[in-house]
Amino acid sequence: MLNFADANIDFMGRRRLALALSAILILGSIFLLATRGLNFGIDFTGGTVIEVGYPEPVALEHVREKLEDGGYGRAIVQYFGTSQDVLIRLAPREGEDTAELSNEVFRVLQAGAETEVDLRRVEFVGPQVGEELREQGGLAMLYAMFGILVYVALRFEWRFSVGSVLALAHDVVITLGIFSLLQAEFDLSVLAAILAVIGYSLNDTIVVYDRIRENFRKMRKENAESVMNKAVNQMLSRTIITSGTTLLVLLTLYFLGGAVINNFALALIIGVLVGTYSSIYVAAALALATGVDRTVMLPVKKEGEDTQAVGEERP
Amino acid sequence: MLNQYPLWKYLLIVVVMLVGGLYALPNIYPEDPAVQISNSTLEDVDEASRRQVEAVLAARGLVPRTGLEYDGEQVLLRFDSTDDQLQAADLLRTALAGTNNVVALALAPATPDWLRAVNARPMSLGLDLRGGVHFLMEVDMDAVITAAHERYVGEFRTLLRDQRIRYLAVERVSDGVVVRFRDVSDRDQAYDFLRREYRGDLNFRTTVDGEVALLHATLSADTLADQRRLALQQNITTLRNRVDELGVSEPIVQQQGEDRIVVQLPGVQDTARAKEILGATATLEFRLVDEDNDPFEAQATGRTPAGSRLYFERDGRPVLLQRQVMLTGDYITDASSGIAQDTGGPAVFISLDAQGARIFSRVTGENIGRLMGTVFIETKTETTEEDGELVRRTTRTEEVINVARIQDQLGRRFQITGLESTREARNLALLLRAGALAAPMMIVEERTVGPSLGRDNIERGFNSVMIGFILVLVFMALYYRVFGLVANLALALNLVLIVSILSMLQATLTLPGIAGIVLTVGMAVDANVLIFERIREELRNGNSPQAAISSGYSRALTTIVDANITTLIAALVLFMFGTGPIKGFAITLSIGIMVSMFTAILVTRAIINLTYGRQRRLKALAI
Repeated sequence: MLNFADANIDFMGRRRLALALSAILILGSIFLLATRGLNFGIDFTGGTVIEVGYPEPVALEHVREKLEDGGYGRAIVQYFGTSQDVLIRLAPREGEDTAELSNEVFRVLQAGAETEVDLRRVEFVGPQVGEELREQGGLAMLYAMFGILVYVALRFEWRFSVGSVLALAHDVVITLGIFSLLQAEFDLSVLAAILAVIGYSLNDTIVVYDRIRENFRKMRKENAESVMNKAVNQMLSRTIITSGTTLLVLLTLYFLGGAVINNFALALIIGVLVGTYSSIYVAAALALATGVDRTVMLPVKKEGEDTQAVGEERP
Repeated sequence: MLNQYPLWKYLLIVVVMLVGGLYALPNIYPEDPAVQISNSTLEDVDEASRRQVEAVLAARGLVPRTGLEYDGEQVLLRFDSTDDQLQAADLLRTALAGTNNVVALALAPATPDWLRAVNARPMSLGLDLRGGVHFLMEVDMDAVITAAHERYVGEFRTLLRDQRIRYLAVERVSDGVVVRFRDVSDRDQAYDFLRREYRGDLNFRTTVDGEVALLHATLSADTLADQRRLALQQNITTLRNRVDELGVSEPIVQQQGEDRIVVQLPGVQDTARAKEILGATATLEFRLVDEDNDPFEAQATGRTPAGSRLYFERDGRPVLLQRQVMLTGDYITDASSGIAQDTGGPAVFISLDAQGARIFSRVTGENIGRLMGTVFIETKTETTEEDGELVRRTTRTEEVINVARIQDQLGRRFQITGLESTREARNLALLLRAGALAAPMMIVEERTVGPSLGRDNIERGFNSVMIGFILVLVFMALYYRVFGLVANLALALNLVLIVSILSMLQATLTLPGIAGIVLTVGMAVDANVLIFERIREELRNGNSPQAAISSGYSRALTTIVDANITTLIAALVLFMFGTGPIKGFAITLSIGIMVSMFTAILVTRAIINLTYGRQRRLKALAI
């Protein structure tokens, strides 16, 4: 069985290597985001998505031909989940009654069909709504980070606060980078997932920082690096088990939750993996880099007084 | 003793479990496909109609499962299958046509009476789970302001004429109204008068343009806001009426922001018709035909005689109608569709209110023997992107659907014909009944989920929650043994409590909401993992089992609280900024986090205390 009880891995010793790796990943992500960008869904771009279901597998060519005949040659047609479900995307175009569009397209598909076509889903987002959603999403991300920054600064210390938000930004940027690499669709639900990743990754970081704070009080003779290394090792089993159980449910969601929820689950899976890596290798290293040491953690106090630190409950 | 809870903590846990269980209970009862009959005039469904319903159903052998449920207002009929439900609804729609009774499809929860008595209801499912349509409609506020300007133009003319103040012209400009005067003294007279008349509503300004003296009037900020608010309100009311006419159970028509309205119609299948009805601005106008001039000549030369306007009939034939309107659609109180007795074509039967009837009987009485045209007016607004700019365009189509000789003085009730199909007649009747929109609207967002996808989503969501849940349970039991089982109990309770709180709040469960629950299951374990790892560590450090439990819990507490509060901050931000799907996720995530702190800390501790707390000579822990 898994046992990390006596883990004593020199994570901090390898922090330069880890930070270098993270730097490469972040730069790579930024490069991808700048060049390829995200594959934004209609939530953010505006447009129409129509999902139709066929009683038996259908050839995409057949669907495309029908749409072309109906004057919708510009539609993007793809399978959604199974070969019986087809997703049709239409970008917004001027002079077209967008609200009527979905009905028209469905009529075209139904006309002369040998089998019955089932209209499963229609999503239409007007261009101005897409713009607003994009703006709100960006704002939400910034506000969440700011709120967390303030909370951590109050509960711990500003250096930790900076460290945790940097770790967060690290996780978010890399997750977005991977989404850009895969060109997986980025819609509202993925945005929600990214915000959940913020919460989750922070959870991880805070747990490690909490232990670092505790260790500084206990391990009076060791230097900052080994105090932090000890904390990461002590939390290693917890980090891995929690990530493991979370991944377990996310994987069931990914495989069984249906195509609608796929990208949402994917974003969370990537986020949890990156978050786990960062809470082991990056969070503590960042704390060290921002200059966290004993003098910061335990400002001039006499022996035995340190248990009064913020909110600590006596056993 | 180290590991003992005071009695009140145990009691608290028991009470929470019982209440939680009770309110989660309604969710295990299935929903019956049902037909709901209500009265559109806000009265109850009368006995005659109820007897008619029973007779119609009995004739076809469709027996509602629990008979005819009547709550003093509405009638609910539960059926065993959706097929029966649809068949019954069709039958009843036909049978009750022409009355004020509205037949709607519904899903009626089969909650037993004793649960209903304590107000325990199942969670409401979002449109993505039950199928239905979501529209976000934007009111064209520019049109509202333009209409207000036009109204002031009319009022100014009348007032100035009454006051015998001479003016050259009153016209609408982009930001208000401009009155032109021959000289400054006329203008100043008008300025003093109008300013008094419209104090607070309008702002006036005077200028001179060459020889002409000008008076500018613009709407004050308050008036602008009022106009917008009123237009939005009237549109909401009209939309409610129309939705009621469509026969949808539990519809939502709500204001969102300053100029938008959310409409949610659960279970609606014919989305095309829903869209047509909601956004339509169709109305009627009646005008006399200008019989002295030749419409073909007017069409060919492009010159219309003064006092007339060139219209086209549906087959493209031109017709000249007088500019002056005999009657507008505003006076219509009721309209129903049917078949015209003389021609056999589709017709709409119209009733006017008293004032409308007075006007109409006077103008038709004065013009017996002349031709009258019925104009069908429709306004559509849409926004398109042109060169990266958003452009809004309003198109107004006016067609003459019918030209007929006035045989007799027309009164309160009359019929109009010339409609293309019974469907068009039905829609027009509905629109005339529900009232006109104060301003045109357009759909800026639509999300439709078909019923089959809704069912799939529920099934998949439920499966992934259950399987993810079971996997976590198995892992915890293997890895932490007795403590793992305790954590599992807490996890199960966690799920029950989330469901029960969602039911109590009557929050809407959506697919992202289910994802939120799944995520909570994964994260709720975290608190227990933190505690158990700490207990193991304390044991390794040579502490006694009892001391290890106690310090394990207390030391992990701050960590858990810190970690959860930060996640809660993210969830709250999501809730505040999110719309639709994101909000659903944020709600379940926040509830899940709070509930998990209760179950993972308090409940597991209580069970551990009960198990180990009294054993003084405890040697080892199964952890």
